[in-house]
Amino acid sequence: MASDLPPFDPATAAAFMLQHGHPGWLGMHYVAHGADWVELALPWREDLVGETGSGILATGPIVSLMDMASGMAIWTRTSEFLAIATLDLRVDYMRPARKGAAVNGRSECYRLTRSAAFVRGIAHDGDPDDPVAHIAGVFMSIGGRRDERR
Amino acid sequence: MSDADLLAAVERELPAYARSLGITVDSIDGGSPVLVVPFGKIVEGRPTVFHGGATSGLLENAGYAALRVELARAGREQRLKPINVTVQFLSAAKSRPTYARGRVLRLGRRNANIEVEAWQDDRSRPVATAVMNVLMAAPEDGSGG
Repeated sequence: MASDLPPFDPATAAAFMLQHGHPGWLGMHYVAHGADWVELALPWREDLVGETGSGILATGPIVSLMDMASGMAIWTRTSEFLAIATLDLRVDYMRPARKGAAVNGRSECYRLTRSAAFVRGIAHDGDPDDPVAHIAGVFMSIGGRRDERR
Repeated sequence: MSDADLLAAVERELPAYARSLGITVDSIDGGSPVLVVPFGKIVEGRPTVFHGGATSGLLENAGYAALRVELARAGREQRLKPINVTVQFLSAAKSRPTYARGRVLRLGRRNANIEVEAWQDDRSRPVATAVMNVLMAAPEDGSGG
């Protein structure tokens, strides 16, 4: 409904969206985007390790990264910043991230209906062809959005 | 082991990520740990609401904590490797503490299936749930997969 605002641009929006709250605490930043996808990165940090002494990022921050990249992919596809909520998110962990490695998360909004947005994506630590995780999820718009089938 | 001893043991085994997110062990309920995370800037998504990722982090940690307790009870020492997690978000978690408790539905030789619930004021109305599958490897096995 924010038709008077300029279209959502993930590169510009990332500058303030990823600076505050949970994404800001994790230090997420923008990497790239296309018409229906966004890629963000999560730098490695000692205090985000999942198993003491392993040096491997915990799975929790990867879920946060994918949730954020998915939300931004939806706004990129719709071109507007709508209120959305994650309905469910599934993460399959292919392998642990490399010790000390940053993790990138790329999510794509592959289907949009009046109230649901379907996303899928991968997390990788350098090579997108050898992902750390695959994700799939569904988001709902809060308070309805314009029906783009009209 | 008394509940107080169990609580201290679970607290000691919380990983760095859980500690930095502000997770602590609230109590032991029916032999299973209840984890809690206070509301604050570092867990905030849209204003005054928990970020889904932070809620997921709490759920996963509660799942692992429940599994570690079950393994210790069975006298087993194994490394935990995540296979997957599916999180269902039921309602917005507001600016109050969020609790989570896991239940090991199946403890096999190689894998475990865990169900986790997170709630705020009313335990009968969860804000999010998760199902986790975890692989259990020998402690010396450091390989991936």
